[in-house]
Amino acid sequence: MKSLANIWNLGLKELRSLWGDKVLLVFVLLAFTLIVYTAGSAGSMELNNAPVAVVDEDQTTLSRRVIQSFQQPWFLKPDLIQYDQIDAVLDRGSHTFVMVIPEGFERDVRKGDVVSVQLNIDATRMTQAFIGANYIQSFVTTEVARFIEPGSGSTELPVSLVNRVSFNPNLEGTWFGGVMELITEVTLISIILTGAALIREREHGTIEHLMVMPLRSYEIMAAKVWANALVVMIAATLSVTVVIQGWLGVPVAGSIPLFLFGALIHLFSTTAIGILIGTVARTMPQFGLLLILIILPLQLLSGGITPRESMPQLVQDIMLLAPTTHFVSLAQGILYRGAGINVVWPELLALTSIGAVFFGTALVLFRRHLSA
Amino acid sequence: MTDQVARLEGVSHVYGECQALTDISIEMPAGCMVGLIGPDGAGKSTLLGLIAGARKLQAGSVEVLGGDIGRQQFRNRLAPRIAYMPQGLGGNLYHTLTVDENIGFFADLFGLTGERRKQQINRLLEATGLLPFRDRPAGKLSGGMKQKLGLCCALIHRPDLLILDEPTTGVDPLSRARFWDLIDRIRAQQSGMSVLVATAYMEEAERYDWLAAMDDGAILATGSPDELRERTSTRTLDEAFIVLSSGKGPDKAGNEKEAEPPLTAAETRETGTIPAIEANHLTLRFGDFTAVKDVSFSISRGEIFGFLGSNGCGKTTTMKMLTGLLPPSEGDVSLFGKPLDAKDLGTRQRVGYMSQGFSLYGELTVRQNLELHARLFHLPEEQIAVRVDDLAAEFGLAEVLDQLASHLPLGVRQRLSLAVAVVHRPDLLILDEPTSGVDPGARNQFWSLLFRLSREDGVTIFISTHFMNEGERCDRISLMHAGEVLASDKPEVLIRRAGEQTLEGAFMRTLEAATGTDDIGSGAMLTDEHENEPDYRWFSVRRLWAYGHREARELIRDPIRMAFAFIGSALLMLILGYGITLDVEDLSFAVLDQDQSPQSRDYVTAFSGSRYFIERPPIADMAELEQRMRSGELSLALVIPPGYGRDLKRGQDTEIGVWVDGAMPFRGETIKGYVEGIHYSYFKELVKRTYGTIPTLSRVSIEVRYRYNQDFRSLDAMVPAVIPILLIFIPSILMALGIVREKELGSITNLYVTPVTRLEFLLGKQIPYIVFSMISYVSLVMLAVWVFEVPLKGGLWALSLGALLYIIVTTGLGQVISAFASTQIAALAATAIITLLPTVQFSGLTEPVSSQEGVGAIIGQFWPATWFLQVSRGVFTKGLSFSDLQPTLLNLAAFMPVLTLISVILLKKQGR
Repeated sequence: MKSLANIWNLGLKELRSLWGDKVLLVFVLLAFTLIVYTAGSAGSMELNNAPVAVVDEDQTTLSRRVIQSFQQPWFLKPDLIQYDQIDAVLDRGSHTFVMVIPEGFERDVRKGDVVSVQLNIDATRMTQAFIGANYIQSFVTTEVARFIEPGSGSTELPVSLVNRVSFNPNLEGTWFGGVMELITEVTLISIILTGAALIREREHGTIEHLMVMPLRSYEIMAAKVWANALVVMIAATLSVTVVIQGWLGVPVAGSIPLFLFGALIHLFSTTAIGILIGTVARTMPQFGLLLILIILPLQLLSGGITPRESMPQLVQDIMLLAPTTHFVSLAQGILYRGAGINVVWPELLALTSIGAVFFGTALVLFRRHLSA
Repeated sequence: MTDQVARLEGVSHVYGECQALTDISIEMPAGCMVGLIGPDGAGKSTLLGLIAGARKLQAGSVEVLGGDIGRQQFRNRLAPRIAYMPQGLGGNLYHTLTVDENIGFFADLFGLTGERRKQQINRLLEATGLLPFRDRPAGKLSGGMKQKLGLCCALIHRPDLLILDEPTTGVDPLSRARFWDLIDRIRAQQSGMSVLVATAYMEEAERYDWLAAMDDGAILATGSPDELRERTSTRTLDEAFIVLSSGKGPDKAGNEKEAEPPLTAAETRETGTIPAIEANHLTLRFGDFTAVKDVSFSISRGEIFGFLGSNGCGKTTTMKMLTGLLPPSEGDVSLFGKPLDAKDLGTRQRVGYMSQGFSLYGELTVRQNLELHARLFHLPEEQIAVRVDDLAAEFGLAEVLDQLASHLPLGVRQRLSLAVAVVHRPDLLILDEPTSGVDPGARNQFWSLLFRLSREDGVTIFISTHFMNEGERCDRISLMHAGEVLASDKPEVLIRRAGEQTLEGAFMRTLEAATGTDDIGSGAMLTDEHENEPDYRWFSVRRLWAYGHREARELIRDPIRMAFAFIGSALLMLILGYGITLDVEDLSFAVLDQDQSPQSRDYVTAFSGSRYFIERPPIADMAELEQRMRSGELSLALVIPPGYGRDLKRGQDTEIGVWVDGAMPFRGETIKGYVEGIHYSYFKELVKRTYGTIPTLSRVSIEVRYRYNQDFRSLDAMVPAVIPILLIFIPSILMALGIVREKELGSITNLYVTPVTRLEFLLGKQIPYIVFSMISYVSLVMLAVWVFEVPLKGGLWALSLGALLYIIVTTGLGQVISAFASTQIAALAATAIITLLPTVQFSGLTEPVSSQEGVGAIIGQFWPATWFLQVSRGVFTKGLSFSDLQPTLLNLAAFMPVLTLISVILLKKQGR
């Protein structure tokens, strides 16, 4: 009972301190609103405004029609260049695609021959190169088919594919970017808040003050965890309802309370990480440098930016120990695919056990830190 | 030569909302020792800073050595004639540098060379007794030695005016006395030199020629010490100051003195009871450093026991052992007869602790602080309000109850700290330097409170202080030095035993007996007999080099920053290299085969045989498909309709359903592409197998040539892009921290008051970071080639030149950012955000700059990473050489002068 009262009172103190730090509050607010919004509206892994150059050696109606088939927003209006400029534009990186339409293109098509069109692609632009090549192939084939047989579409195979893209039918980046940014912010802000709260106490000498009072170290740590987790939870709730559903207009498929519950469990691990860094770092700048080294792998290798299955097996295995990996897959399941608790329970279980281990480790280190 | 060393007229100074100086007009006589006296926050440091030219004049005029300090030109000529030692122990020193390196740095700044430089350094070290310690880092010197080193650094260039800001605060009395002897000697050797000193010790001020008493940013009185005492009819300067600051008559001050309880309670205390604290042979070692050595004492209940000693002598460490904060290496502590158990919460209920410096929550109000502590000590809820009101009344806090603690004056804050320490009515109070920096009047009030607690409530008080006159008020004291207790008894006994008049004298005698005279130094000349040739040139390679050399040394001795520079960039390269991989492979798929014919199975093998897809167990029905897609297990599901094989044979049109997980749009897009490709080539192959010919499905065939990266390996594309990210991120952060660190630690003062120019300062500090970053560039290239096996196709020299230019630019960027940040954490956050966002979004990392629109496109053009990215990708993947990249390299080089110019303009040669 006394213990609970201590945790409660110390937590209230944390909230008051945070309220006093207006700069930090504004920072938290911006992170969960403006930054989430920006990331959502920027979302740019798909083909967008890809720069194309064309060497038109045919100069016929068909070649011009093919050139015109490159459409916004996927491609920029193609630039016409000379044959000897191909290497230069690709070397400079000003164009990702260079198409060469050979002389006699239209004549040979009319004859019924199969004509080759050369397409040079700067393959260092991974994102645009592959997707763009598919688009160009389908644009050009369609355009040529229409030229021969007006009104016809693409070439016919006996078996056609009917694509159904689940969960994000138009493959909109907005859906993806916004939610992933929210996940990043939940992790980042909770680590910063708890770690900074600990370091602030040490820099001001107040931590010693607490240590000579009849308080136990887990009470001090638990108070920091609940108070900062509460702030992040409130911010995350507002962010997912107001910014993601409202402002960005992302249709959330699953249950938001379930997502928030997952976030709460995730916060156990991240606040513990905050305490861990806070005990290791002696000063705020050291804390900042360590934070960068820890947050980047947590964020980049969690599967939230690029697909996990493409990473080396070793990296995938190591990242199973990181809470973010499970949180990302849980959040994607709930928010995009409408998964329920029957689907995401393994992630919840993983998060809980990781959280317990992290919290325990942080507590041990925190105790040792206080007594040293 | 004018008669005044400094003349101030109508000078005011504000920091934000805080008025530090209000309309000060004063003339200070030349050629003598001028003292500024007053408590912390009186405005002494601000005033000295203005006179030294270290702070920017806001209002009024200041004339120093006959010229207007407000003029930049005059300040430049004045710098070699002034020496300024800022507040704090070793405030202008670099703590990781040795004694020799510190002095050498200043010698370089003031243009000493060759034999004269060596002689002057040796002479100063010998005269101050620092010669045996010349290889010791400044941070490991004792307080007194640090101050002597600071003085050496200040005297390297024979100044006409020496400005010392609280040079002896926190230094033991013996070192203090020796410091002043040293100053006297310098003055005797160099007649005509003026010395300007601020101090919080009134006893010291007795030896100055002329005093200005300050409080609340105003001058209370000026004159010689005798004049001040006469005017206030008091015996000591301490009392004189109380009278001056309160504006009360001398009688009143005398009464307050009388009101103190007599110091007889110690005799009347009960004997035979268990002592409140007993310490037996306490020793604490940190590594091979012994902080506290064999300390024993016993304190009876109701006694006021004092620990006297300088900063760093082990007072605080001993107190921490008594509270259980630090476990002793040897020895034991008993509280109230029971051995101290750090885990026993019951003991903590009986102890109140006040740590050194203000350690309450400044962001809470007085009332909230009191209530919080009352609750944490579990006072019954109904008593809390009463207790808070009682304490507020008793400690004179009633009027400030709802103010934030951080807004209170120091004296009031210390009363609040004491109130908090006694909120749970402890039997024992442990107070660590509670009155440091508090003015004499407030100190008297504080002691009245202590006496009341001790005499009326029977609280045992264990207090530490470096004020000798406070030691005299204790029942018993221990004199501490270098971790050892030298003597312990009643103050009057100690004084008598030493045959001295005052406690200060007694302490000095004891110290002398204990430490000997090893660091006194010889009577050698301190100052150079030659007149210096001041170096007024606007640019000096030597000064630039002095800064560069020093910064490099500091960097090498800071493990965390070094680790971040090298391990950090390598680690981040590995993470980013694997993390931003865009290969979409090993995608899991499953089939809902409603046909189960040989034809349908044949179709599926086209997918399972592909390197992009991995087959999972088949799907039974639509509900299962839905569920497995939802869990994220499957990225792709194929639905083959009933009768597929039959329809295919008959040549009837049929459809295959493809379900793609679109949660990650980029991946979804790629899967669609793969599926279409496999589908198309499968049927081409099928037709060929069946009819032996390839059908003409389209009149146009597109020959795709993937240039530069034929294998389409993501690493080959990403690794050359990661290098520019890391080389903007880490160098700019380290550079910005390097400059802001100086601001935070106070050594930026050396830029303000020495002849070094802004350009020398910036370039000098930049060079080590450029060298470090180039080393890290080399390690990144080696990682790329050997670990990631990315071939380096083009010219290595072009890449390295590009990297060098780029690093100069990115460190320059860090310098620009550092102009806006005043704390290291702000510099860190600002640099991280400012460098990462444009680099990742607008520099062409994923989308070429030519695809960008609006603001992004403009930022992209004016962002250095855009250009170096072209160099890095060009050399690594496109095999470009120097001649191909010339225009890009020129673009990159164009950033250098611009950024340096901006930094020079933004950097201030004066503080605020």
